[in-house]
Amino acid sequence: MNLEEIYQVLKDKFGESVLLLDTELSGDHSIHISPAAIVEISTFLLETETLAFDTLMCLSGVDLSAKDEEFAVVYHLYSMNHRHKVVLKTPLPKSNPQLPSVSHIWKTADWHEREAYDLYGIVFEGHTDLRRLLLPDDWEGYPLRKDYEEPDFYRGMRVPY
Amino acid sequence: MESTQSTESKIIELQPFTDEMIVNMGPQHPSTHGVLRLELRLDGEVVREAIPHIGYLHRCFEKHSENLSYPQIIPFTDRMDYVAAMNQNWGFCLAVEKLMEADEEKEFAIPERAEYLRVLICELNRIASHLLSFGTYGMDLGAFTPFLYAFRDRERLLLLFEKVCGARLTYNYIRIGGVSEIIPMEPGSIDEQNFLDEIEEFLDYFEPQIDEYNDLLTSNSIFSERTVGVAVMSAEMALSYGATGPNLRGSGVDWDLRRDEPYSIYDRFDFDVPVAEDIPELGAVVGDCWSRYKIRMDEMKESVSICRQILAEGLPDGPVMAELKAVRPPKGELYFRSEAPRGELGFYIVSDGTPKPVRVKGRSPCFSALSALQELSQGLMVADIIAIIGSIDIVMGEVDR
Repeated sequence: MNLEEIYQVLKDKFGESVLLLDTELSGDHSIHISPAAIVEISTFLLETETLAFDTLMCLSGVDLSAKDEEFAVVYHLYSMNHRHKVVLKTPLPKSNPQLPSVSHIWKTADWHEREAYDLYGIVFEGHTDLRRLLLPDDWEGYPLRKDYEEPDFYRGMRVPY
Repeated sequence: MESTQSTESKIIELQPFTDEMIVNMGPQHPSTHGVLRLELRLDGEVVREAIPHIGYLHRCFEKHSENLSYPQIIPFTDRMDYVAAMNQNWGFCLAVEKLMEADEEKEFAIPERAEYLRVLICELNRIASHLLSFGTYGMDLGAFTPFLYAFRDRERLLLLFEKVCGARLTYNYIRIGGVSEIIPMEPGSIDEQNFLDEIEEFLDYFEPQIDEYNDLLTSNSIFSERTVGVAVMSAEMALSYGATGPNLRGSGVDWDLRRDEPYSIYDRFDFDVPVAEDIPELGAVVGDCWSRYKIRMDEMKESVSICRQILAEGLPDGPVMAELKAVRPPKGELYFRSEAPRGELGFYIVSDGTPKPVRVKGRSPCFSALSALQELSQGLMVADIIAIIGSIDIVMGEVDR
């Protein structure tokens, strides 16, 4: 199935939770969905036979600009059987970046979500072990946010070099 | 220890389990392939839980990338998987090139000569990477000799890489639009002939060596005792955890991006994709440590075959760089994946049309494969942990980025 057909299937099934089909930008086009529906949509994408998205290639947090009000979490999915892919995007308000976890659907999401939490401060509800992954536990702030300012010192060590 | 005494009946049950013990393995343990710390919850010698703690080699690749122009990012990809840096360069350049191609107004094509050089060098790099994996795996499991053999051969490859780009480990050879010309090699010149002859000499020498290594380690009974049937990863589990490359094929999934989603000029070459099978006489089952290891040994032969096909055709004439005015992808985003020696290496690039990316995410194959360790190691012995880490072939530089 191509992206338009997948979009139509999702739109028919989930209605308003599927926000729009983004074909404006060059490169990959994506389907925007509302964060609250991510678990239902993911389960549907995995379990429907004609879709069968059995691999989560990549899960990334995105912050486009310090001026934006929103983050995004981007899911790149692929089906080994049907050999088709889809890109899902969920906008999240920066003031309260929370969305349900999909780590029980694709286990690879476990560490990818921890990484997004670590670097963007996006909270994945229902994740069983949401701790910092790459940075030390006592690190302050979320470095990949565009408005992040690095600290001068960490435990007595100078940070900027 | 849970109390098993009942105060009422005063019967003391037999408690076969000893006290649980927390042991830190690493961060600088010789068999952790970099700086990895495992928190092991042990019951005697049985592993109840192995929790990986990563991040010791985190160098903020993604943050750095946001402040650099695209060509400046390439040396940073070298430092991700430093034993297969050519493939990392290529993965990133492919992603940027695909995004630039999405802009219909700007047309450019990678010169044929560059494509051939890319495939040739990257397949040699794949051999070098698998050799390191083979050597260190033997050493992890107590066989020191294979390591010396592997490094002897890998050294010849590193000298070859030094001849094309001047570096042994972090190459910065593959550039956006072609390959580096830092050491000129004119088409048809004596330099080119010497270079190709040297590769051919290496391949002639190396191909029989693979069989010798199989005799030395693969069919070695001490080695197979440690790896056969250990830590079986089913195909479903491998897919769910996002294990790719040799780890996925070791679980019996017939999947290789070079064949199934051909990029560059891989569709012009004949090569097999080794997939694990049950081997009853040895006892090996699909998805165990031995199968994952064996896939790499078989893949080296396929890489040799691809290199030979290129040498038979010879390198095409022409330039090695496309004519690019500036590396400035259009506003948009792209996820592109390529088959690195350790699996699917993906780069997710978001561009706003300026010379610097807004977001670069490196999807590392080792990162996903390592996350399966916790489930794989449950209930096994401490020594098996070493066997698993070596068999999923991680490089911590890529896990932590």
